[in-house]
Amino acid sequence: MLYAILCYHREDVVGSWTKEEDDAVMAKLALVHEKLAREGRLGPVARLLPTTAATTLRKDSDPPLVIDGPFAETKEQLLGFYLVEGETLEQVLDTARELGRANPGGCYEIRPVGLYHPAPSAGA
Amino acid sequence: MTGPIDMAWIDTALAAARPQAMGALLRYFRDLDTAEEAFQEASLRALTAWPRNGPPRDPAAWLIFVGRNAALDGVRRQARQQPLPAEDVITADDGEGDAEAALAERLDDAGYRDDILRLLFICCAPDLPATQQIAVALRIVSGLSVADIARAFLVGESAMEQRITRAKARIARSGVPFETPGAPERARRLGTVAAMLYLLFNEGYSAGGDTAERRAPLAHEAIRLARLLLRLFPAKPEIMGLLALMLLQQSRAAARFDGQGNAILLDDQDRRRWSAPMIAEGLALIDKAMRHGQPTPYLVQAAIAALHARAPSAAETDWSQIDLLYATLEHILPSPVVTLNRSVATAKLRGPAAALAMIEPLGDRLGGYFHFFGAKGAYLSQLGRTAEARVAFDRAIALAHTPAEAAHIRQHLDRLMDEAAPVQK
Repeated sequence: MLYAILCYHREDVVGSWTKEEDDAVMAKLALVHEKLAREGRLGPVARLLPTTAATTLRKDSDPPLVIDGPFAETKEQLLGFYLVEGETLEQVLDTARELGRANPGGCYEIRPVGLYHPAPSAGA
Repeated sequence: MTGPIDMAWIDTALAAARPQAMGALLRYFRDLDTAEEAFQEASLRALTAWPRNGPPRDPAAWLIFVGRNAALDGVRRQARQQPLPAEDVITADDGEGDAEAALAERLDDAGYRDDILRLLFICCAPDLPATQQIAVALRIVSGLSVADIARAFLVGESAMEQRITRAKARIARSGVPFETPGAPERARRLGTVAAMLYLLFNEGYSAGGDTAERRAPLAHEAIRLARLLLRLFPAKPEIMGLLALMLLQQSRAAARFDGQGNAILLDDQDRRRWSAPMIAEGLALIDKAMRHGQPTPYLVQAAIAALHARAPSAAETDWSQIDLLYATLEHILPSPVVTLNRSVATAKLRGPAAALAMIEPLGDRLGGYFHFFGAKGAYLSQLGRTAEARVAFDRAIALAHTPAEAAHIRQHLDRLMDEAAPVQK
């Protein structure tokens, strides 16, 4: 089954990392990514730009309302996500634990993916 | 948080929480020194309490609670009253209803946005010179040590200590505005703070040569604070523009100087060394800001920077669009410096004679401005008016603020000499 691992962290903390600290975290994560890729379990991975670059479309009004900023103001923000292949929730939790050792702090929300459309033309 | 809590984590958490915690403590005590002491005390206690009890869910709320209690505790102890509970009581992550969560709720209600804005705003007291505004902001908002600030400003530590002390005394005298601002006052504060942040950015960004490394953190800090400001006020297009402008300029940082610290002109920079993530973020912010239909000066300047960022090579730069944006900027922010900058686009589009004609009337007002003579020299030399070009370049060198600026003009002069040499034979 395909699972989404949604990465939440305090944006003010991640934003306070120096470039060196950020690079060090990304290097540690790259090792976990390589392992997952070798196992054929790694789907697309995305790191999102800061929530200051976010725009929200509220569909509960007609016409929908465009609002600057992220969907909800929370202590921790959605900063990225993984799609990984896993046999069981426990296996995906292990993967998340491994990612967490490379990038401590914040939390991962694990969600089974119901519908997945890879981009038709983008083969990569 | 999983795994052991380490000192680097605590440092980052303290730095990230500082503006909010200091802002709230300042509102509570209405006195900068007391707020700073309270934050300092809370940070010291965090160093022992966090590794022992685990990190708090909300570091800023913890620091405010503990800092406020510590300061009050001192007062009450003197008054022989009951001390408030120690920080251990509020550290336990024991589910709902704990004091920390309750405080966080109240903080949200109290409008911590305006706390942080106020903290930044008091650094911009109008009678404080710009460099002192920046220095005091770095001290009280960012929490940089006096030694680090002195290093960035290339002055001795005791001189910087004095400067900051005097600045804080002035701030105290001018009175901290404690009322929650209404919309017009909030907009005014945002504008003042934005200007200070852009100055802070430029202190870091414009440094070249051997000072670049020491001053680069100033540009990063300005970007961090601008991001913070935009998170607090997410619908303000001028703050989007400010952050976009900083990001797009900073995206070129790695390509702006050669190994010897000499400036490399935009045309000659290796564009592969520009930071793609910063450009992406800057462009996204411009897109968002454009929807508001308010061409503020930062946004227009960011849009100009964006056209450079979007050009795959210098030759493919859309100079006519840049010229139009400068015309807009001249309209909303008339200034001889803007016209001088526009002349660069004019030179590309209509040649050096048109550009020279554009800037010659500015001589009176820009007679002490390095870049005026740099540009004038460049246009004159392109027109083959070598002797006049040399005079302009000499004047530019005399007005240069940094060795990198002077070195850059000397390159122009050397080129003039090389080109002139065969003619003299």
